[in-house]
Amino acid sequence: MEDMALETRNRFWGTDFRTGFGQGIPIALGYIPVSFTFGLLAVKGGLSPWIAVFISLTNLTSAGQFAGTNLIITGATLLEITATTLVVNIRYILMSFSLSQKVAERITLPERCLLSFGITDETFTVASMHKEKITFSYMLGLITGPYWGWALGTLLGAMICSVLPETLQNSMGIALYAMFIALVVPNAKKSRAALAVVFIAVAISSAFTWVPYLHGISQGWGIILATIAACLVGAIFFPREEE
Amino acid sequence: MAKVLIAVLLMAVVTYIIRVLPLAFFRSQLRSRFLRSFLYYVPYAVLGAMTFPAILYSTGNLYSAWIGMGVALVMAFFESGLLRVALGAIVSVFLAEWVIRLISF
Repeated sequence: MEDMALETRNRFWGTDFRTGFGQGIPIALGYIPVSFTFGLLAVKGGLSPWIAVFISLTNLTSAGQFAGTNLIITGATLLEITATTLVVNIRYILMSFSLSQKVAERITLPERCLLSFGITDETFTVASMHKEKITFSYMLGLITGPYWGWALGTLLGAMICSVLPETLQNSMGIALYAMFIALVVPNAKKSRAALAVVFIAVAISSAFTWVPYLHGISQGWGIILATIAACLVGAIFFPREEE
Repeated sequence: MAKVLIAVLLMAVVTYIIRVLPLAFFRSQLRSRFLRSFLYYVPYAVLGAMTFPAILYSTGNLYSAWIGMGVALVMAFFESGLLRVALGAIVSVFLAEWVIRLISF
């Protein structure tokens, strides 16, 4: 009995946490240039460095907090800010739902509530490609590094803001997307089905950007619609073998 | 100032609600192979749709963005890791914009 308790505890703070934490380190490092850019833009827009860091600590989203902060800076209404954030971030519903299928059954409600705060495009992708069921300690380990990396990068960007030349600041805008590419490509090159799904999603979101008439759809909804359509095609034409 | 704080808190609350609801309250395992396949493809589709074409408008101009994207794709193909791919893209965009400015003078 005692052995079992010990084993459970080891599992909690031991291997699983460490595995997750280790997988989170590259995400945390990748976040730094991106959140650095965020801190920089927020302060350039007139917010205090502390507000910028506070946004990162409470929101922990990439595109969503860029969009929301931009609206704050331009003096939009609270309704507009909230609605835009909702729409840009609505994809997390799909991720959270997808994770619900992959977490170990014994994860309790408070644990689920804590873990779901740490769902980002990157932690979600890494967790869903993880070979085993997701335990509480694994996921907690996974989100710890990225959470603090995101805050730290914001702080650095907010502080160093004015020192950097304009051209370098411009160049940093690409960091977020480069990180997305770094997440998708290594996995997509191993699976033609996944690659096909990526291309379909890209084609649809391009259509929402460039085709007249479709153009009116907001970025957030465009992402959702493209995701749903691409996943439908994937599920119809490339159904997964049962594990 | 108060309005900024309220805005930030509202952003945080809606974002959290979106994240927490499905994971907290959906407990059963889906039996449908179709739905399981659908959910499996979500990360690929989301990241694809978010990256392109938004990446093209993320820098000072279109050409530097194409170059940055090309560099990121190649580095990611050779599995360079998140940080190196991000830095590689930033540096290539920076150099590209520098060259573009030299040419246009």
